[in-house]
Amino acid sequence: MMIDRRLLIHFDWTLLAVAVLIASIGILNLYSISASGETSGTAFYLKQFSWLLIGLLIMIVVAFVEYRYYYDFAYLIHGVTLFLLVVVMAFGMITSGAQRWIRIGSLSFQPSEFVKISLIIALAKFFESPPSRAGFTLKDLPVPFLLLVIPMGLILKQPDLGTAIILFLILLSILLFVKIRWSSLLILGLTGASILPLFWGFLKEYQKKRIYTFFDPNLDPLGSGYHIIQSKIAVGSGGIFGKGFMKGTQCKLGFLPEQQTDFIFSVLAEEWGLIGSLLVISLYLILILWGLRIAVTAKDRFGAILAFGVVAMLFWHVFINVGMVVGMMPVVGIPLPLLSYGGSFMVSTLMGVGLLLNVSMRRYLF
Amino acid sequence: MVDLDSQKMEDFKGRQKYCLIILGVAFFLLIAHLWYLQTLRGSEFRRISENNCIRIREHPADRGLLMDRRGRVLAQNRPCFEVYLIPEDLKRYPEVVGQMTQLLNLDQDKIEEKIRGAKRRAPFKPVRIKPDIEWGELALLESNRVYLPGLLVDVRPKRTYNYGAIASHLIGYLGEVDEDDLRQTKEAPYRMGAMIGKYGIEYQWETDLRGVDGGQQVEVDALGREIRPIRSVESFPGNNLILTIDLDLQNKAEEAYQDKNGALIAMDPRNGRILAMVSKPSFDPDLFARTISPEEWKSLMENPFHPLQNKGIQGQYPPGSVFKIITTLAGLESGNLTPDTQFYCAGAYPYGNRDFRCWKEGGHGMISLRRALVESCDIYFYQAGLKIGVDTIAHYAKEFGLGRKTGISLPHEKAGIVPSSSWKKKRFGVPWYSGETLSFAVGQGYMNATPIQLVTFLSAVANGGKIFLPQVVERVENIFGKTLKEYPPVETGRARVSEKFLHFVQDALMGAVNEPHGTGNASALKDIKVAGKTGTAQVVRMAQDFKKGDTQRMPLKFRDHAWFAAFAPVEDPRIAVIVLAEHGGFGAAAAAPIAKQVFEKYFEQEASAPSRVATTSGVTNHDD
Repeated sequence: MMIDRRLLIHFDWTLLAVAVLIASIGILNLYSISASGETSGTAFYLKQFSWLLIGLLIMIVVAFVEYRYYYDFAYLIHGVTLFLLVVVMAFGMITSGAQRWIRIGSLSFQPSEFVKISLIIALAKFFESPPSRAGFTLKDLPVPFLLLVIPMGLILKQPDLGTAIILFLILLSILLFVKIRWSSLLILGLTGASILPLFWGFLKEYQKKRIYTFFDPNLDPLGSGYHIIQSKIAVGSGGIFGKGFMKGTQCKLGFLPEQQTDFIFSVLAEEWGLIGSLLVISLYLILILWGLRIAVTAKDRFGAILAFGVVAMLFWHVFINVGMVVGMMPVVGIPLPLLSYGGSFMVSTLMGVGLLLNVSMRRYLF
Repeated sequence: MVDLDSQKMEDFKGRQKYCLIILGVAFFLLIAHLWYLQTLRGSEFRRISENNCIRIREHPADRGLLMDRRGRVLAQNRPCFEVYLIPEDLKRYPEVVGQMTQLLNLDQDKIEEKIRGAKRRAPFKPVRIKPDIEWGELALLESNRVYLPGLLVDVRPKRTYNYGAIASHLIGYLGEVDEDDLRQTKEAPYRMGAMIGKYGIEYQWETDLRGVDGGQQVEVDALGREIRPIRSVESFPGNNLILTIDLDLQNKAEEAYQDKNGALIAMDPRNGRILAMVSKPSFDPDLFARTISPEEWKSLMENPFHPLQNKGIQGQYPPGSVFKIITTLAGLESGNLTPDTQFYCAGAYPYGNRDFRCWKEGGHGMISLRRALVESCDIYFYQAGLKIGVDTIAHYAKEFGLGRKTGISLPHEKAGIVPSSSWKKKRFGVPWYSGETLSFAVGQGYMNATPIQLVTFLSAVANGGKIFLPQVVERVENIFGKTLKEYPPVETGRARVSEKFLHFVQDALMGAVNEPHGTGNASALKDIKVAGKTGTAQVVRMAQDFKKGDTQRMPLKFRDHAWFAAFAPVEDPRIAVIVLAEHGGFGAAAAAPIAKQVFEKYFEQEASAPSRVATTSGVTNHDD
């Protein structure tokens, strides 16, 4: 593939820099955890570092492929990831009670992470043709609904409530962005509200319990209530200036569950205090605002929706994860982009960033 | 195209405003929360994290007890002491490891390996050195405690079976939860490493037995040392089960087997309750309550006599001559036989190109239906079977519940097989040969049944045709003795056979035990009238030139299985027993004496302490 020199001129270095900065902070943070306990095998931070390199490579590829190709193959791409999800159902590995991974050789990856990206591409293709006058109506929605519901069902079955919620929020955000009629939105909301009890029935007992416990942590002082309390203690004890790098006690004494994934932010907040947390939160805000600008200045509708989908994905991840860590939201397993440990998640996030770069550097080309 | 596109893009510019508002609100909320936690409450949380850290300590619940029908405890829990060391303390007092090796009789290397093996352990988290120590060891440790800093002894309930291997298959065993259990139980109330019922009653009544686990938030200091307990959730013991078996009867039955293998089930024909259930060889359920060693597991798995199988419900065998009861009833009901029908037995019956033989060399001569049952004449039933036909016999076998699961509440029950012409067509694609009817009429060939099916059928013969659901648990009680669940008798069907023919069979079976030349003489009692039928289930087809005396020289695994099915007293049956002695040879010799001992014990007990008269009221009908 020839790379147009004009592309390089318009390459979005700011976006890349912010993403790499956040990821570097993430690796430092993981280093702090790994160094504390006696770990066996390769330390988290080293693995995460190699995933970051792999992710950056994939990101570059994603960024330089002309995004019209994504348009052409959108449904095929989505189809392939769905197929992988089915494979997970059939042959996947089971870790801590959930079946989420596919193993190829010594590499294992989680197809549900990539569904987020393929859903965004598929939805962008669908909404590429503009609505009539006042916006999309219910009649237009069966296809996007199907694009969402099939992977969502498979992922809920794994069970992975967090990713399923993210998929749903991506569709909702894109719907609002491409303009849906208020009347249609109202009907959707009402049916949603009436289906909610049904959805509640699908939840596992422990998931329900987590949600009850969110409203009253004392209900389950030995389980998820304990996690919420411990996480708040970790964040709060950081104070304004933090306990200092590698000086956090909460995570080192094993108080925090999933400290390297879902609760990574509490480790950061404990060691770096309000100053550190605000810095990281601001970096995320910059990333998201920058992405939003790319979306609204894109050269066509497909690019705009593509970029917006990625922005929505990043936003909901950050908002729900940090909200959970500070005790503002119930404990659902949603990790923090670029900070949480996890190879597939790192790669899928960087693929999203790659899409943003892609749209960004092509907005001047006609 | 370009103009159009840019026009449409204007829409998105308008949306940007709303997006910014949403972003602003969301990030404001996050920052406000961080501000609240880290500045307003920062010093408070800092103090908590430095001085009072909280950890979880688990208190598993006591599992419910299992008791026999008279309240004698079969399975309970005992405190089990486990020894832990805290590696951080050992750095300061390395000599402790040496002292421990002496006190507990362990290798120093093993202890050090365990400590080193506990990677990714939170600081000051104790490492288990030895599970389940003896009382003597505990006393030693406690008296030397002052000299052993870093030692921790924890106590947790452990399942224990008071009578060892007695009724092991019925009771079942426990094991550590695995992924399968976690998925099956749906909600996730089991923590990793918890014990869960895996087999038998322990498995089937898991939800009643397990109780509610408790735990405690314990304050530890910044170094991880425990300071004081904070919030705790009390554990609540599981419910107790009162089983239908009688410990004495069970004991007697197990003893009677000596070193033979097989299965025995005793049932109360008035309500389907199981009075004793033996499967031999048995296993020691205690093996599973502690962690079973690979060698022990291997020896259980590789034992050719399948000690882990409950043969009473999982073993499928040809019923042999016990099945002649069905052939008799099928003949009488269908009108193909009358009590006066006679056939001639010459010791061998040529059919097709084969000689079908009677067990009695020289034959019985001219013989009537009643005598044929008493003396278990094979040739009579070959001829009767041909007259009745395979499908009529199969129909009556199914009337008595053969060929389908009895529905007993125990895992892995098998359904057995009742062959018929349509069954064979479906299964093998070839028609039924009339020669096969001969084998079928005497309970050999394709015919297969489990002991629990046979005892249920025998009970129906004894009680006038009522097929009861076999039950092993009488009721569930909570720890205060309040009854939570009761299991009344359930009639799952009724064999449509007339009373007078049942009486005819009952009388003939009494003759088999009490009259001269009866095959079941070995089970006769002095004061009580027993009715019974012997049986021999062929393992391999006998060679044409086989002589009776050869049995002892045959390799054990080719010897026939011996059956004995009996109930007593004939006038008012209160106990029905099925005995299977695997590779026991001839039914009368191997199985009947075992049944006799069980009857003796039962009636001896009844005489000394008349048990409550079981009520037949409240029988639930569910015909199907």
